[in-house]
Amino acid sequence: MSGESLRRATAAELRAAFQSGAATSRAVTDELFAAIEREDGVLGAWLHLRHEEARAEADRADARYATARAAGTAALNELPPLLGVPVALKDLVNLTGTPTTAGSRILEGYISPYDATIAARLKEAGAVILGKTNMDEFAMGSSTEFSAYKKTVNPWATDRVPGGSSGGSSAAVAAFHAPLSIGTDTGGSIRQPASLTGIVGMKPTYGRVSRYGIVAFASSLDQVGPFARTAQDAALLLHAIAGADAHDATSSRSPIDAALLNLPSGDAAASAIRGKRFALPKEYFVAGMEAGVERAVRDAVAALEAAGGIVEEVSLPTTEHALATYYIVAPAEASANLARYDGIRYGASKHGGGDLLNGYLETRGRGFGPEVRRRIMLGTYALSAGYYDAYYVKAQKVRTLIARDFDRIWAAGFDAIVAPTSPQVAWKFGAKMSDPVSMYLADACTLPANMAGLPGVSIPCGLSENLPVGLQLIGKPWSEAELLSISAGYEALTATAAWRAVAPHDLAKLGGGAA
Amino acid sequence: MSDLTRAEVERVAALARLGLTSDELGKLQGDLNLILEQWAHLADVDTSSVPPSAQTIVQAMPLREDTAEPSLAVDDALQNAPARSGDFVRVQAILSEEADG
Repeated sequence: MSGESLRRATAAELRAAFQSGAATSRAVTDELFAAIEREDGVLGAWLHLRHEEARAEADRADARYATARAAGTAALNELPPLLGVPVALKDLVNLTGTPTTAGSRILEGYISPYDATIAARLKEAGAVILGKTNMDEFAMGSSTEFSAYKKTVNPWATDRVPGGSSGGSSAAVAAFHAPLSIGTDTGGSIRQPASLTGIVGMKPTYGRVSRYGIVAFASSLDQVGPFARTAQDAALLLHAIAGADAHDATSSRSPIDAALLNLPSGDAAASAIRGKRFALPKEYFVAGMEAGVERAVRDAVAALEAAGGIVEEVSLPTTEHALATYYIVAPAEASANLARYDGIRYGASKHGGGDLLNGYLETRGRGFGPEVRRRIMLGTYALSAGYYDAYYVKAQKVRTLIARDFDRIWAAGFDAIVAPTSPQVAWKFGAKMSDPVSMYLADACTLPANMAGLPGVSIPCGLSENLPVGLQLIGKPWSEAELLSISAGYEALTATAAWRAVAPHDLAKLGGGAA
Repeated sequence: MSDLTRAEVERVAALARLGLTSDELGKLQGDLNLILEQWAHLADVDTSSVPPSAQTIVQAMPLREDTAEPSLAVDDALQNAPARSGDFVRVQAILSEEADG
């Protein structure tokens, strides 16, 4: 393998090539860095690159493959699945010795003194960590336009957003700058950018992946998850990062499904759709949904049905309240979490002039960007004396109702919910910047799963106006392997669909002539 | 609920320790009121017999032995401090000498 085929290989393909000796991790790593060098001036996906460390990690992986190859097949199969596979981290994952900005000026200059648990697990798994990716400041946003550092474009159309808040991670995978990346999803920040850039993105069950060392946004909602170009690759990355962690009391000790390592593929995956029961919630076809998006999603549902899936329309009546509930709970928790940025212990500081209070006001007033300020204000207001019961407690009660809506679906025997991920395809830069409510509506279909803690995945299901559309699958708690198996089944069913052959249109515009 | 006044926006900004310009406060007042309009719909939802959920995936709280484990070295913990004095983060005096006396 060489050049373009290395660059476009999936993690599973790379693993096989490393085992056989057809390719080396170092060659892939060099190829990806060369592509990033040529193209990221336009793409803007990366905030920090680890040239030397990543190459050293790749060389170490290659040495382990060489030793194991000499020892025989058994030794090769014992090597961890992600050994030598390049990965990108959203820039809110602490990684010792690298900057972690969370897309904010208030963390400019901060160097992580420790590894997030998932970073430590990826290192232990032998993954090659290429660098850190751009994001909306503190993961607040749906377009990555709220990054304090740079603009990330969608490789399908450079005048359009890549979604957000994990837009750097989604753009990097969609543009073949990395086969895998890490995102976080508080209200849709993995699934929505995956949808807008035509890749796979999963938010696992709340508690599936440790958040230790991840910059916190809304702690009862935040979850870490994978981006990839196939369901199997997403499953491999999830398997590597999931599991209990003594440093995060919310991380679950429920066992990690070994099925993630070997999802069904091809005909076996397609035939596993037969007999599955899918709930199609009518409320997710929201007002303002683009006709082309609805068409692509309904076509995907019809394909599942044609493969023997049983689809029934259902109602999740609290869906209409999820948005307001989310925009009380998430800002309230954010206002508490972001109180730590005070310019005293780390990060940008405006202390030193007048009195202490003035130092706080200046540090925070200048350090946070407009969307973060908006959310801190909302959250502070919702938690302030006299409003706490009317807003915060009320929202926590409606949250109970949202969770009960989903419980009824599982009690009725459904295996998964199928729905759109985003009501729209990628929009043009600036289209929603002046109206926060229209930006918030972009997450209408994703945030109910966060409110209920459920796993959800977005997979590509076609094009509308020549831009990618995502199909969302939401499942029962801890059903990640089931959701990704269904995703693999859908991939197999549509393997020869015309839209799958379409590469991101603007790859050539990025500067590499890759398209 | 009625619209947030300018004075309320200033009070919330002070509570949040955000030093904002007059223009920024004015813009926030408009934005917040737009968003509060959305929140207002929740008042119509009947939650009279519904308990609040802080989390929806409920798990047993894990316990561990109360034993000391390695943690960050002092130099690592202080490497990002804007101002340092020996093994401590240096901050501005909270009380002036007169007030202290």
